[in-house]
Amino acid sequence: MTLEEKQAAVIEDFSLYDQWLDKYEYLIELGKNLEPYPEDKKTEDKLIKGCQSRVWLDAKMEGERLVFSADSDAIITKGIIALLIDVFSGRTPSEILSSDFSFIDAIGLRENLSPTRAGGLASMIERIREVAAQNS
Amino acid sequence: MKVAQFRKLFPILGDSVPGGKLVYLDNAATSQRPQAVVDAYSSSALHKNANLHRAVHHLSNIATNNYESARDCVREYLNAASREEIIFTSGATAAINTAAFSFGEAYIKPGDEIIVTEAEHHSNIVPWQMMASRKGATIKVLPVDDNGHLRLDLLPRLLGPNTKILAVSHISNVLGLVNPLPEIIRIAHANGIKVLVDGAQGIVHKMVDVQALDCDFYVFSGHKMFAAPFTGVLYGKKELLDAMPPMMGGGEMIDTVSLYKGTTYAPLPAKFEAGTQNISGVPTFIPAIETLRLALDDEELRDNSKAVAEYVASEIAKDSRIRVYGSKGAGEEKIPLFSFTVHGAHHEDLALILDKMGIAVRSGQMCAEPLMDRFGVTGMLRASFAPYNTMEEAEMFIKSLSRAIGMLV
Repeated sequence: MTLEEKQAAVIEDFSLYDQWLDKYEYLIELGKNLEPYPEDKKTEDKLIKGCQSRVWLDAKMEGERLVFSADSDAIITKGIIALLIDVFSGRTPSEILSSDFSFIDAIGLRENLSPTRAGGLASMIERIREVAAQNS
Repeated sequence: MKVAQFRKLFPILGDSVPGGKLVYLDNAATSQRPQAVVDAYSSSALHKNANLHRAVHHLSNIATNNYESARDCVREYLNAASREEIIFTSGATAAINTAAFSFGEAYIKPGDEIIVTEAEHHSNIVPWQMMASRKGATIKVLPVDDNGHLRLDLLPRLLGPNTKILAVSHISNVLGLVNPLPEIIRIAHANGIKVLVDGAQGIVHKMVDVQALDCDFYVFSGHKMFAAPFTGVLYGKKELLDAMPPMMGGGEMIDTVSLYKGTTYAPLPAKFEAGTQNISGVPTFIPAIETLRLALDDEELRDNSKAVAEYVASEIAKDSRIRVYGSKGAGEEKIPLFSFTVHGAHHEDLALILDKMGIAVRSGQMCAEPLMDRFGVTGMLRASFAPYNTMEEAEMFIKSLSRAIGMLV
């Protein structure tokens, strides 16, 4: 699946839910199913600034592709980072940098988070782009 | 008065939010405004607007009287000895900053000590730290016990010959417990120590008589007690305020200004009110206090608040996953404010889900990081009720909270 197709699939998944509470339940599921993140990688340099809850994001290159892992102490935030990982992990840095991340607005994620949360979301996207730029 | 009738004074309480009808339980952060407060503001801005005290024209007199009548109203409400003891500020934070700065200039020398408590809002910690570092003084901390009570037994040990002032909240914005001010003030005064009371929460829930309390300073914000935002009060005993130099210089606070002989300051209260004041906001103290009196005096409203508080306290006590911070002992008082954590659920997740159910609560550190550290948590969830919150809203909150916990745990 190309990155474009993947983003379209995420938009479709979210369109199944009318109510935001249901969308949160879906994010909570994503958060609960996220691959475990190693405790020893919960370090200051992996911590994403600008989030009210703590979010750690780690990235490594596997061949040509960037693989992300992450964790958060808040489950909805963890669901959001899980969604980003689902879309961007295993992509090449140039693919990531070419994305406009517009699916986030399409699913209404930004407008349904409080300003502090939305700030946290912006920081997560920023970190993913930063890592992609460093490895491109 | 019926709660339903009291609610009608606050137009916003009839509004809806995306999750349904608004259930506003973030009153400790800011209260909602009654129509009368907004009317007073707009009448001041639209028909009584001129700069204060200076001009001789008719409108300036009207504006000055409008502003100064709020000072009389606040003086009477606090039972302060004189109107000169009422200084208008932009809020409790500005009031504490002014008091800390000016008290420090007048009374603090290197090696002196200042006591704050572990349960203070950042606004009653940081200004003292700033003053202490400027004057070479040190901060001592009065801790709380596991139930959130101030360790008064430790107070005598903290007091020394160099202790000059103690800063304590009337009611903590996290714990909701009414602190034993008479005892604290008695101990402090017996040792020649002044006391500043942060009344940001206290003024909303208790009748305050500063002379009976005998505190040296009492501060609060207007916006938490129905008045316009960016208004506040610094009450201080006249003899202290007289001896303290002003924090800010500029218009209105001067007596005479000379480039060659220096400047002399105006008498109280103008000495501490430099620059153009909140001409439209300050007069809203009058209808705000009238509303507050009604809330605290009316038997039906008081009974409702009490019933709501008891219901919420007993419901959350039933859930073993919930830990409440600040539990009242025998003969103690707690305002209807509940800060808690839920085992297995992050406070932010809970707040976010409750928001989608129309319920506004606060999550995070509540501007009290030392207290969060004391209890070993990164944050808490806080539901704070006002006299206009109904039993139906309390039930809705409990039901929604239980549903939110179910989604997360």
